[in-house]
Amino acid sequence: MSTTTILSIVLVLAVVAYVLGRTTAKRRAAASGTRLHSREGYYGSFALLWTIIPSLVLLAVWLLVSPAVIDTAVRDSFPEHVKAETQATQGLAMGMVDSIARGLRRLDEQEMTRVTAGFSALRPVLASKGVALAGDGEDYMIDAAIQLNGWSDASRLWMTICVIGLALAGLLYAVWRIRPEVRARNSVERAVLVALIGASAIAILTTIGIVLSMLSETISFFRSVPAMEFFFGTVWDPRFAATVGTTSSDGQFGLIPLLAGTVYIAFVAMLFAVPIGLFAATYLAEYAGPKFRAFAKPLIEVLAGIPTIVYGFFALVTVGPFLRDLSADISGIVTGNATSFIQAQSVLTAGLVMGIMLIPFVSSLSDDIITAVPRAMRDGSLGLGATRSETMRKVILPAALPGIVGALLLTASRAIGETMIVVLAAGVAARLTINPFEPMTTVTVKIVNQLTGDLEFNSPQTLVAFALGLTLFFITLGLNIYALYIVRKYREQYE
Amino acid sequence: MTDMTVSGSAPEASQMPEKRVWRDIGIKRRYAAERRFKTYGLVAVLIGLACLAMLLFSVVSKGYTAFQQTSIRLDITFDKKIIDPQGQATSNNRVLLMANYPLLATRALAKTLGVDESDRKVRRELSGMISNGVRTQLRDMVLNDVAIIGKTRTIWVLAAADVDSAYKGQIDLSVDQSRRKVNDQQVEWMNKLAGEGILTGRFNTGIFLNGASSRPETAGMGVAMIGSMYMMAIVLVLALPIGVAASIYLEEFAPKNRWTDLIEVNINNLAAVPSIVFGLLGLAVFINFAGLPRSASLVGGLVLSLMTLPTIIIATRAALKAVPPSIRAAALGIGASKMQMVFHHVLPLAAPGILTGTIIGLAQALGETAPLLLIGMVAFVADFPATPMDPATALPVQIYMWANEAERAFVERTSGAIIILLMFLAAMNITAIILRRRFERRW
Repeated sequence: MSTTTILSIVLVLAVVAYVLGRTTAKRRAAASGTRLHSREGYYGSFALLWTIIPSLVLLAVWLLVSPAVIDTAVRDSFPEHVKAETQATQGLAMGMVDSIARGLRRLDEQEMTRVTAGFSALRPVLASKGVALAGDGEDYMIDAAIQLNGWSDASRLWMTICVIGLALAGLLYAVWRIRPEVRARNSVERAVLVALIGASAIAILTTIGIVLSMLSETISFFRSVPAMEFFFGTVWDPRFAATVGTTSSDGQFGLIPLLAGTVYIAFVAMLFAVPIGLFAATYLAEYAGPKFRAFAKPLIEVLAGIPTIVYGFFALVTVGPFLRDLSADISGIVTGNATSFIQAQSVLTAGLVMGIMLIPFVSSLSDDIITAVPRAMRDGSLGLGATRSETMRKVILPAALPGIVGALLLTASRAIGETMIVVLAAGVAARLTINPFEPMTTVTVKIVNQLTGDLEFNSPQTLVAFALGLTLFFITLGLNIYALYIVRKYREQYE
Repeated sequence: MTDMTVSGSAPEASQMPEKRVWRDIGIKRRYAAERRFKTYGLVAVLIGLACLAMLLFSVVSKGYTAFQQTSIRLDITFDKKIIDPQGQATSNNRVLLMANYPLLATRALAKTLGVDESDRKVRRELSGMISNGVRTQLRDMVLNDVAIIGKTRTIWVLAAADVDSAYKGQIDLSVDQSRRKVNDQQVEWMNKLAGEGILTGRFNTGIFLNGASSRPETAGMGVAMIGSMYMMAIVLVLALPIGVAASIYLEEFAPKNRWTDLIEVNINNLAAVPSIVFGLLGLAVFINFAGLPRSASLVGGLVLSLMTLPTIIIATRAALKAVPPSIRAAALGIGASKMQMVFHHVLPLAAPGILTGTIIGLAQALGETAPLLLIGMVAFVADFPATPMDPATALPVQIYMWANEAERAFVERTSGAIIILLMFLAAMNITAIILRRRFERRW
């Protein structure tokens, strides 16, 4: 039976359990003449939980474990000369057996008789059924495939019996246990609490998942490329994913040019966004009338809601060509030779557009912090005769400074992790330059480049993306933690 | 005397009044600085608004034409001699699939224009005016109804992308014809047909319904919309319950200890982790480890769920916090258990806030591109996905792919797609704002 069918049978049983639990509780309470401890619905839920939880846990465990068990068993049945081969060859053979097994399922009785004729006879039959076999196989694989099919059929049959049996057993046990004095509500609430805790643990699991998955790939990357070469290399030239005959040492994986590009572009973006964002925040917080504020603040925040791919496209088709043509005009006026010194894809283009994206982050974060400064400080300063701008510069900003620095760090971490704008606007050439008019590339661009297209999961060319991702993760993590620390520490001052 | 002296000195004093010494506290300078500061602020706000205006103007001005597609009305004769010259259609079904349908359209166009299509050069230019998509259009008509062969039907066929661009005035016709993609002959025909109303812009349903195509005029984002819809459904089904459950635990039940502190810091951090890192996680865990198919909306939905989870948790916790403690005390006071208090009283009151946060989180997920690139959503998918396990793309990924196309007509298509995406986002955010306005309660 398919997993979906099993699931729906268990769900039907669950509904039965709920109804049965409720009625049983009512009946037994009436029979014994006592009041139920909990409301009747809780007895229904009590029976329902006993029905689904054990059976679904068993189902999940079975689905996770059985493929691995069958896999080992099939490998054990391989002839001795195959077992003597390397792990990789055995893996290939196993993949072959898998696809033969899948193909065999599509054959009817009559065609099955031809299977015994050996691999060469089988191949065209399978091909006609739409299962193309990659390489040349050997005859033992057919036996293994038949065995594999047999085992997985048996496993599925037993899984169906066990899961449905366990669901039934749980149902019966729960109904048998129901008495008026049983504290059904407490049991149900305990189960709900465990579920709530489980949900909140998912956040932790995600972080652990990120770190572990990237760490394992990164370690296997460092097996072929030394860590020192990665972290301190100044040349990024990964070549193409390993073709036949080349070795991993062909590519050079230097992080420095990518990191430089990332930081440079983020710096240009911050250079644009921070003054505009801060001034906009102070204007909106201190000077703007309520009408102007109600109109301008949401509009600026719209900038934060626009997907970054839209900014990337804006940079690609509008800002980049505009800067290029502008620079051509300028050099035409100054030197008489109209060559553009700004390239369409450049640090400046990417930084400028990313800066636009960051304006609302800076302004609304700073706005919150500025308005959080206690009214008394502002009034005190104004009462002593300071102008508003003096109050702003000499009283409010210093008081809000830690918070603003925290906000800027958060913004910077966003700039460093930004992907789509730089993918479309910064270029792909990894080089070290200080000229903002030339293209540079970033860590995120290279992650995308290395991982789109056909993947071979063992080559350093793809694994390097995980090393880059891990580096990015730790940089942003550091910035975020430091920012949150500063913001928290600052908040304590006024509370 | 004294009077005299007094009266004598008084006019003296009034003639030369004692100079009042104003201590220079730089009031002028300070007011000037004040005005400057205020101006800087105003300019900054205006720059921000100008950027928004420029961005939207750039997209809309490039993209609004994408919703019109130039079409040509042709009386197409389904000539048996061209479709099925040997009369094998009944015995060999490949004949109808492989027939030279574009020739039918070319002939019809030649007839409409009154030119001789037996000249090869003329025929090539004529066929250059009609989109290659006419092949599938006519083929589907014939396959639907074989009896159509030999009859004449008046239908609208799409014009080629270059003619479309020329008709919309996006190609500079003043340059020499060797340097543009439509030549003078074609432009002349185009103008003639347009004058007769045979060639005109019609509402472009293809951009909403078609799948991927390498020809701009037949490319659409139907597959991407379905893919995005699947993903949003998965995010809603996974992230909303898990996010709400996690927030309830953290806000209502969790003891204040290191473990909950750790979870808190973690959630705040996850909200700020670059989205591309979630893509790497999805690639390593869901595709590489769990063996789910690449390009499937299921994987995309899972990755986006993980990404949206922190947003939903933060919004839900704020909504739960806003419910006043008196409600909790009242519920507990009349004998509700803590669980009943939360699920019967606090949660319903917090629901509007949770919903608003969820919609905003969904809008974020809808516009997210980077993680989807890594899990293989950059795929040429022409067929509609039947289930979330089938290959699909997403709206922003489709925009990314079109942005990378070299052809001029794709710029218009990309901008059109961006307009559609922004419409979706605007609709979601406006819904969130309306919900907040209508249901928000202040205690």
